[in-house]
Amino acid sequence: MKRINIITGHFGSGKTEFAINLAQKQTMYEKSVIADMDTVNPYFRTNDARKSLEEKGIKVLASDYASSNLDIPSLPSDLYSLFDVEDRFAVLDVGGDEDGATVLGRFYNKLKDADYDMYMVINARRVLSQTADEIITFMREIEVASRLKITKLVNNTNLSVETTPEVLLEGQKVVEEVSLKTGLPIAYITGTKEILDKIPDTVKAPRLCLDLNMNLPF
Amino acid sequence: MSEKVLMKGNEALAEAAIQAGCKHFFGYPITPQTEVAAYMAKQMPKRDGTFLQAESEVAAINMVYGAAGAGARVMTSSSSPGISLKQEGISYIAGADLPCVIVNIVRGGPGLGGIQPAQSDYFQATKGGGHGDYHLVVFAPSSVQELVNLTKEAFDVADIYRMPVMIMGDGMLGQMMEPVEFGAYTPREIPEKTWATTGTEMKRKHNVVNSLYITASDLEELILERQKRYDVIEEKEARFEAYKTEDAEIIVTAYGITARIAQTAVNKAREQGIKVGMIRPITLWPFPKKAFAELDTNKVKNVLCVEMSMGQMVEDVRLSLDCKIPVDFFGRTGGVVPTPDEVLTKIKALYEGR
Repeated sequence: MKRINIITGHFGSGKTEFAINLAQKQTMYEKSVIADMDTVNPYFRTNDARKSLEEKGIKVLASDYASSNLDIPSLPSDLYSLFDVEDRFAVLDVGGDEDGATVLGRFYNKLKDADYDMYMVINARRVLSQTADEIITFMREIEVASRLKITKLVNNTNLSVETTPEVLLEGQKVVEEVSLKTGLPIAYITGTKEILDKIPDTVKAPRLCLDLNMNLPF
Repeated sequence: MSEKVLMKGNEALAEAAIQAGCKHFFGYPITPQTEVAAYMAKQMPKRDGTFLQAESEVAAINMVYGAAGAGARVMTSSSSPGISLKQEGISYIAGADLPCVIVNIVRGGPGLGGIQPAQSDYFQATKGGGHGDYHLVVFAPSSVQELVNLTKEAFDVADIYRMPVMIMGDGMLGQMMEPVEFGAYTPREIPEKTWATTGTEMKRKHNVVNSLYITASDLEELILERQKRYDVIEEKEARFEAYKTEDAEIIVTAYGITARIAQTAVNKAREQGIKVGMIRPITLWPFPKKAFAELDTNKVKNVLCVEMSMGQMVEDVRLSLDCKIPVDFFGRTGGVVPTPDEVLTKIKALYEGR
């Protein structure tokens, strides 16, 4: 695994769940830090899971104003510690779409030579990202905004509580097409345990089992 | 888009509006509804429509006034403070008998308040908001799917009755993601827009869009005519959902996202053997008075109204019940969302004291 892991994608693709679970998984092997760099979403963001992440020993970098009523697109003041202190596995949860990815541009000089992966989290049941061509267009927009290259794909196709193994498998076909057209590897196929258990072994992509953190109050 | 897709409430309502034939969107960004405008900005140019970010909410609602006068399907959206700014324009549009759709993804107030979800704009939406004798039809969806369906219907209802229709959601509904499908809606029959200012081509008398009347008796006559339309709407358009009410001794009532929370509490209470049901108003104006007035007073001992406010809809619940059943209230406000357990505690206390 690379030390720096940047998570991008369409808003609602499941970036935050993937980012949190990736940090949780890796924290079993090494110290990890997760940065909430979302300047797009007012709710349902990494900072909302701050308490449970810190209980697991994961350091959380988030704006003092994340999850508050102050409505300004702000970044954590201690964000540079990600680059200056190199002792932790770092996950950067970036806001949705090219608008969210714009914040990465500021760290271009820090990131371009760094040891990083940039993941594109794909939910092929999201409107406007349902075909390989739509997704590739989206990836290019994110790359232009961030001035960085996406290096890995993640299939997180889901319909929230109505997800079935079939939904995830149909998404896998789309993500495989994206992989074929871009030459980028599929880093993970993701889902809850009960969904992943029903995915046949013929699907070769590594699996990342998600414990869900962004829950609704009902 | 026939298969189910996962969408954020704000995007879903924007897509639904486009599918309903909305050709013009005028707005100004404000959390937590900005994705409506963002989606419109991306999609409208590709789909034969206009997206325009106005210089203010006041400008946006007056652009809606203009487009509605020309007979176009038009929408604006905002959140609480922005909707307050639009009130003058809304009153003018109501006064000129023009159809349009206005979306309020409610956040905490008063003033700038906060960006978290709230329902404290109920009075503003249902009791005027702007000046004069007028009403808006107010839809209160409680899921992203219902938000889609009611957005489509809102355009039809606006055209049928020649009046502004409001979709009242809250920050939670706007921001959350749920699976939706878009095929389900059957359009209603729409009368021809003979009043629209589309150009006479020298073939008819010109139409006038106006809310100013020099003679008091002319204005009164128009208001009385409009009131007759409101009476029809109260008779035909009031809508609610009843849930497990048949044997209920306690009725919980809530709308929008709070109804989802209340429903979870009702289900938990049922597991503990408490006979409780729920009435969920789907239209806030017209308020579904009959749903309450027709409750069996021999069976129902309490009504509990749950809102994300200090108690606004509860007044309409009390008016509908006319003191026949005691009404209690539980609310969180300022952007704090009630939990199912809080509602359950309240239900249990009422059940034990019945």
